[in-house]
Amino acid sequence: MNQAGKRYLLWFAQEHVEFRFQEINSLLTAFNITMDFIEKPTDLQPYWMVKFASEQDAKKITQRSVLLRSCIELWGHSNSVDGLHEMMKKFPEHLMEPHLDEDKSFKIEVETFCKHFTQQEKVDKIEVFEYLPYKGPVKLKDPDTCLQYIEYYGVDPNAPPESPYRVFFGRWIASGLRQLIKYLSLKTRKFIGNTSMDAQLSLLMANQAQIRNGDLVLDPFVGTGSLLVAAAQFGGYVLGSDIDYLMLHARTRPSRITQQVRDDDEGVKANMMQYNLEKHYLDVLVNDCSIPFWRDNLMFDAIITDPPYGIRESTEKIGTSKVNCKISEDHLKTHIPAKVEYSLSTVYFDLLNFSAKHLKMGGRLVCWFPIFRDDYSEDDLPRHPCMKLEANSEQVLTKHTSRRLLTYEKIAEYDNCEDVENTIKDFRYKYYETREESRQERRSRKAELRAKGRLEAERRKVTKLSE
Amino acid sequence: MRLGLTPAFLVKIVSSVVLIPARSVHKSELVKMKLLTHNMLTSKSMKGVTVGYPLGINVVDIKVTEVDFNPEFISRIIPKLDWSVLWKAADTIGQLDDLPKELSQEYENDNDFLKKVHHVLLEVDIVNGELVCPETGRKFPINNGIPNMLLNEDEV
Repeated sequence: MNQAGKRYLLWFAQEHVEFRFQEINSLLTAFNITMDFIEKPTDLQPYWMVKFASEQDAKKITQRSVLLRSCIELWGHSNSVDGLHEMMKKFPEHLMEPHLDEDKSFKIEVETFCKHFTQQEKVDKIEVFEYLPYKGPVKLKDPDTCLQYIEYYGVDPNAPPESPYRVFFGRWIASGLRQLIKYLSLKTRKFIGNTSMDAQLSLLMANQAQIRNGDLVLDPFVGTGSLLVAAAQFGGYVLGSDIDYLMLHARTRPSRITQQVRDDDEGVKANMMQYNLEKHYLDVLVNDCSIPFWRDNLMFDAIITDPPYGIRESTEKIGTSKVNCKISEDHLKTHIPAKVEYSLSTVYFDLLNFSAKHLKMGGRLVCWFPIFRDDYSEDDLPRHPCMKLEANSEQVLTKHTSRRLLTYEKIAEYDNCEDVENTIKDFRYKYYETREESRQERRSRKAELRAKGRLEAERRKVTKLSE
Repeated sequence: MRLGLTPAFLVKIVSSVVLIPARSVHKSELVKMKLLTHNMLTSKSMKGVTVGYPLGINVVDIKVTEVDFNPEFISRIIPKLDWSVLWKAADTIGQLDDLPKELSQEYENDNDFLKKVHHVLLEVDIVNGELVCPETGRKFPINNGIPNMLLNEDEV
């Protein structure tokens, strides 16, 4: 039974299920920790039964994970409630004792997954554990030992079985970063835009990038800096650049429906200050990232970014179709540079090439890539000889489209990769080509719906008055 | 229908809006650029420019703010710097503060030295000014602390 202390239950939030393996894997390699499965998890189940070499390891992974709710030291698990109690009655006391001693306050928490119970029913479930060799007092707030009893009723909330499929019991070790998601929520963020990344996915990206204290992190399509907030939260020192002058100076139209004009003090730095992260803020610059302007030998520890897909944010770079264009002296002072289309495939091609050149060896590039679900093939993803695709998982957006979170690691020195061919498929072109209705059609359909609603409201008003 | 709303009802809507708990930031806190960033920027992509480094600095005013010291970051960022360029930039804006011209070998354990570098890199900010291309003299203005490195279409 010596191994009993080394078994852990990882309990996930039932959200972004596809990203679990990615995230935990990234954390395992980042901290150089090994984890073994006691039982291979199926896709949807919210728990993994695993082994760690030490409690320290389990703690490290859990406390840095965005998708994990908690980790418990697994004392027992069974297919039936009775089975679990049988098992717990036989559980060696010397393993429990240190946590249930006289000087240790404790509580038992009940969690039921996919089936609701009243408080009284939950208390009844706790009462059964009377046989535990506890000596200390019960304390509901911040006890020394928190024991967790979990009943798992499958993943279909409409038809939960009479009795649970699985029951678990153990000692709480650590919680994940679910609270942080709320703390960094876009709802209360000072400066946001139309395409700001939500807190959970930003944190997830920072974990994919394995950001740690003192890292130099770049977002070349920074926008409102939502990814940099997450990176700074984990100790990264952040730089951002964007071609959109008005966005970086927070002079674009506000994205909040309740806000008429942008505040005077909005900006990427204001976001950092909101969360007391300003010491991790370096600078943001207005620049066209298709034009290299960083010092050649500058190396970043990580690059995390969400490039514009050309749908909600346009893909543009500086340029003109005019031949021999020259801006006259008179106009120079107030001239706004002309922009040309920057095709999505070129955006990603350039991004990978830039990362291959400016990432340290082993450094990671984490970015989203939009795709068509119908004709997705891994072969169409952006590729570069110096960059190894480490992880790739999908977030579905619409019936036909999704985006994939791609994690690349630099595995070879950048050395004359200029003859690499660009084979990336262009999403934007196809998006407009294949969608079911054009923008015009959609607009008129929505207008019709609104008109109908107005008419009905009028009618209701009239009948109400006549009553 | 919309006209039927009484002002009192309007007030109710407004008061139900969730207030953002962001702390109000004084504008002057936001408007600055760091010497660290200057150390990394070039104008190499301009038409006719070969090196474009280091950029000149025309400073209108600078500001010094205290920032938490993180020795790990400083000792990791030093190898990424062009030391002589940093030294010269600090000299230009009068913030040298006996920073050595040559980088010593064992700086990682020299806390006093790391603190000096920390000061120059993170605590000194250029509030207003411009960066200048060393070859063409093209100026890149720093507006509200954000350098504008955008080129015009006839310069790329």
